[in-house]
Order: sequence, then structure tokens, then C-alpha cells
Amino acid sequence: MKDTPLSNCERDFLLKAIEEKKRLDGRQTYDYRKIKISFGTDYGCCFVDLGQTRVMAQVSCELVAPKENRPNEGIMFFNIELSPMASPGFEQGRQSELSVKLNRQLERCLRNSKCIDTESLCVVSGEKVWQIRVDVHTLNNDGNLMDAASIAAITALCHFRRPDVSTQGQEVTVYSPEERDPIPLSIYHMPISVSFAFFQQGTYLLVDPCEREERVMDGLLVIAMNKHREICSIQSSGGIMLLKEQVMRCSKIAGVKVSEITELISEALLNDRKARKAGGKCGFAESMPQDRITALKKDETPVEMTDVTETANGIIQKGEAAPQTVPSPVVPVPGVGQVGQGLQNSWGLEEDDEDDYEEEKNDNSGDEQVEEVTKMDVGEGDVVEISDSEEEDVVILNPEVPEKPKTTGSKSHQKGAAASKKRQKK
Amino acid sequence: MAGLELLSDQGYRLDGRKATELRKLQARMGVFTQADGSAYLEQGNTKALAVVYGPHEMRGSRSRTLHDRAVINCQYSMATFSTAERKRRPHGDRKSTEMSLHLKQTFEAAVMTQLYPRSQIDIYVKILQSDGGNYSVCVNAATLAVIDAGIPMRDYVCACTVGFVDETPLADLCYAEENGGVSSLALALLPRGGQIALLQMDARLHQDHLETLIEAAMTACKGVSKVLDEVVRQHLQEASVLTGE
Repeated sequence: MKDTPLSNCERDFLLKAIEEKKRLDGRQTYDYRKIKISFGTDYGCCFVDLGQTRVMAQVSCELVAPKENRPNEGIMFFNIELSPMASPGFEQGRQSELSVKLNRQLERCLRNSKCIDTESLCVVSGEKVWQIRVDVHTLNNDGNLMDAASIAAITALCHFRRPDVSTQGQEVTVYSPEERDPIPLSIYHMPISVSFAFFQQGTYLLVDPCEREERVMDGLLVIAMNKHREICSIQSSGGIMLLKEQVMRCSKIAGVKVSEITELISEALLNDRKARKAGGKCGFAESMPQDRITALKKDETPVEMTDVTETANGIIQKGEAAPQTVPSPVVPVPGVGQVGQGLQNSWGLEEDDEDDYEEEKNDNSGDEQVEEVTKMDVGEGDVVEISDSEEEDVVILNPEVPEKPKTTGSKSHQKGAAASKKRQKK
Repeated sequence: MAGLELLSDQGYRLDGRKATELRKLQARMGVFTQADGSAYLEQGNTKALAVVYGPHEMRGSRSRTLHDRAVINCQYSMATFSTAERKRRPHGDRKSTEMSLHLKQTFEAAVMTQLYPRSQIDIYVKILQSDGGNYSVCVNAATLAVIDAGIPMRDYVCACTVGFVDETPLADLCYAEENGGVSSLALALLPRGGQIALLQMDARLHQDHLETLIEAAMTACKGVSKVLDEVVRQHLQEASVLTGE
């Protein structure tokens, strides 16, 4: 299914707001949305909420034969699934451009930076190694899937525990979790990616773009760093041209953001470990708030509200007085009320303009006739029903006989009926 | 790799270059007659062929036509014999799709697409021999091919891959250096304005070194642009001699 295209006025509104340093949800230029990390019941399952963007990462492991050119290293495999659940624009078949981009970016961020010690995953050199597989599923796309996916992937890897193994010569025994405690992976550092969106040919930049901002952006710069201020990967995409100073500034901002996010992750991992030790229930079902109506629930938007009353008063004082609105009602006949006169037909069927088709001319004269008729009728106090209903014409016979002779009265009625018929034809 | 010394004490690299030296760059334009523009470029041992067709009418999906500019369609592929081990590369695999997307992004920034609305420009690049710096060589070759096709561009697009070893930036990495665990940065630059069309970096690098690395990359790209300029002028001279102007 194709995404609904963004209307021009929405696009202009967003760009204008960004020029005035305002964002739709009231954030500042360098602010992230609220990040919430929760874990599933199994080790290695992690949900990340970045505002409304929701992703889930799951880590699993398997004993396989190693690659030929690296016989004593384990294998890491990353995969991001863009399912149609997340956004109507995503299609079921893989390999859309965005899917390739996200997958490659995640691979480069996590694999090339060597955040996991792959040599510790070796069981029997040349024969059996652990293959660690990270699957990230996007559940809801509200912009910035890359950052959410990277946070989810690294948190899931930190959370994961692999089964313990022991080797006796060529024999390998894998212990189940009941026999021996599973052991965590050895992770050197936590690379986190930060996305910067550029607008107006690189003049304005925003951190953590939401879905609407992503649609109007010119280009994206993704910087992956860890908390030791080591850059793990930089990738610029989109047709923008950057300057060196912009890149340096972005890397500084990224450094600050990454340390904040790393703290959040460590806290979440610690809380989860405590909860599991204490024997409390943990998992996806538990992380959802209970006994609360969640449909149509909206978080409070942090909007500047300090001087709203003064601005509002100022606008009211400067504004013009409201125009005279409701005219007094008229009761032409008992049981019928009329408020206001009908307006002039302003649909542009003016005589002066087109004399292309005779039909239009006829229509014009027809309209005028109708108008005359209606005016006459209204003036006389008769009731004319101008409705689009397909029912039979309803002609109301007045109990009172008007002062005009009957013939003209009936004629006007007929005309009225003919007019309403003509209207229905149109 | 423990044994390989990427930068000796005297400042020499594996192939005897100094840290800021580029590899020998040789190029020819107009190698094919069928294509609108073509170029063959060698940078050290990395050899690439680039071919440009266009601007022509949209082929394939008409729905992707843009009403105000041209669509640039890039395809990157590596020959099966290009690496040390013969490896069959399927066309749609992730790495070549990613590389094609990067090339497309680079040229969308440089080519003046507003002059050709509702059309398509195809750029095909093939690596014949891969010895490091694949992306950069592709970009340089494609620039020459686009110029050969007569499509107007804002500036030359020059690219270079630089690495960081022992606090020194190394310009124009070869294969051994790229895979030696060196943090490598690929940069595509429009030299006159100093604008970066594409920036890509893998492997860990401390934030403080980023500026030096980008600076080194920009200097290297400016060097490449001088060589490309020479090649274009030479080609133009030969062509004008042949047509007798």
C-alpha cells in the first residue's frame, strides 16, 4: 500500500515551523523523545519506545560451523524486519530501499565496531561456534527507526544469556538453563546511533525526527558513538551537501546524547536484573500499565504556556469586532421559520464569462428563472421546497388564499415545481 | 593482523608511499561507442569502468517520474574475478544495493537534475579489480563518465578513502590497509565549495581525531580533482584535434 502523500500546506507548515525553531510536539531542536525500555520474559527480548516509535529486538543463539576464513570466531547476524504493521507504506516483500539502508547501517554500527567479543563465542575451533542472531521488528513507525533499532539491538545483546557449554576433547555438552546458569555475552562497548535531519539545504537541523519531519527533510546524518566518545560509524544519506563544521557540531551533540541514552539503558538493565532476582513477574505483559484506559491516550505535550493569556488578550484587543451575524427570524407561515435570505449563487456560472456551450447558457437562464421564481415565491409568502431529495415533488397548498388571482398563483407553483425538477436534474 | 606494519617508523606504508600520498591515477574517457558517456579509471591496482546513459525517457516504472528533475539510477557491480578469490556476486545483494544507493545520493547532489525534468540518467559502474577504495574509485570514474556524456554538473565529484593509524591519517587506502582494522572514512567532495556529498565511516575512531581525518580526506580529494581535471582537458584536446578544430 502506498503512503498517503503529504499535502503541500502541511509541508509548508512544517518547514515554516522549523524555521522558527518550533517542532510539532513542542520539543527543542536537540531533544530526544521519551525513551522507554522494557524487557520480555526470556533473556534477550527487549522493547524500546522512542516516543510513539516502537521496536522489538530478540536475540537467539545456535551452534554452527564457523566461516572458513575465520575458524575461531563466532558469527553475528543482524536483521531488521519492516513489517506492514508498522506503517502502511511498508510492504511484505523485503528489499525496499529503506530496509536495505537500515540493515546495512545497523550492521556497520554493531559489527564493524566490534562491540562483541566474537572470539569468546568459539566452542571448538574450526568446528563449532555460536551464531548470535539479532532480529529487530518494527512495530510502529513514528520516525527515526534507526535510533530505536540500535538502542533495542544493543540492549537486547546486553540482556541476553547464552547456554553454558563444556568441551571434553571433541565432545560438546550444552547445559540447559536449569542445569547451569546461562552466561552473558562479553560486550566491550555500547554503540548507539543518533540521527540528525537536515532541512532547507542544510540550514536547519533537528535531532530525532518524527515521522512528519522525516517526510519533509532533505537529508539525514547518522552518527553512531559509544559513551567513551568513540565514533563507531558515520553515514550521510539523502541529497544534501554538508560542510565540515556541521559534521563536527553534530558529532559533539551526538556525544552528549549517547551518554544520556547509555545511562538510561544501564538503569533499565539494572532494574530488570533486580526484578528478576527478587522473583517478581517480568515481561511484556507486565510492562503494560494495568487498569488504565489506553485507547486514545495522549501524552502531555510540553508546550510553552507562560504567556498564553497575555498573547490571547492582545490578539482579541487588536482584532476587529465580530460582524453582525444572525438576522432576526421571519415566520412566513405558521409552522415555518426562515432565518436570513438566501445568498447569490456564486458558483461562477456568470453570463459574462463563457459562452462556450449552449447548454450552459440554458442552464444560466434556467438558474435565473429559478432565482426569480424563488424570490417571487418568498416575497409572496409561499413555501418553496428547494431540496435535493429524489422524492416526488411536494407542493404545499396554502390554506389561505393569496391576494393574487389564482391563475398566477398556480402558475408560480408550477414554475416552482418545474424549477425544483430542473434542479434535481442537475 | 599482527605482523603487518601499516606505517613504518620512517613514515613509509606497505607499498612504499608516504602517509599523504595518493596512488597513481590513470584514466581514459570515451572508451565505449554505444554509451552516451564512459570512462575507465585506475587508482593503483583498483580498476573501475563507468558508463552513463542519458538523459533519456523514464524506463521501467513510469510512476517514479519526477515532474521537476531527472531521476538518477545507479548500479554498482563487482566482477567475479575482481577479488583474490573468485566469488559470484548476485545482483540484488545488500552490499551492492547499498553501494548503488550511495552512488545515487552522491550524484543527485552534484548533477544539475533540474535541467532535465521527467527524464532518467543511468550510471553503471563495474569494478574490474578490487584493491581497496572501491567506492572512491567508482565515484571518480563515474564523474568522468558523466562529463564525457555532456551532462552538466555543479563541480567535479572527487572521492577518497582515508584511514587513521598511529595518530596519522593515511590517504587512499589499499586493500591490506582497509582490512587491517584501520578506521576508514570515505568522503565524496565537491572541491570548489568544499561541500561534502557523502560521508561514510566504519570502525572506531575517537571524536577528537575526526576533524584531522576529515581535513586529510578533503586535501586528498582536492588532489584527485586536479588529476581528473587534467584528464578531461587532455581528452578534450585530443577530441578537438581529431575533429580538426
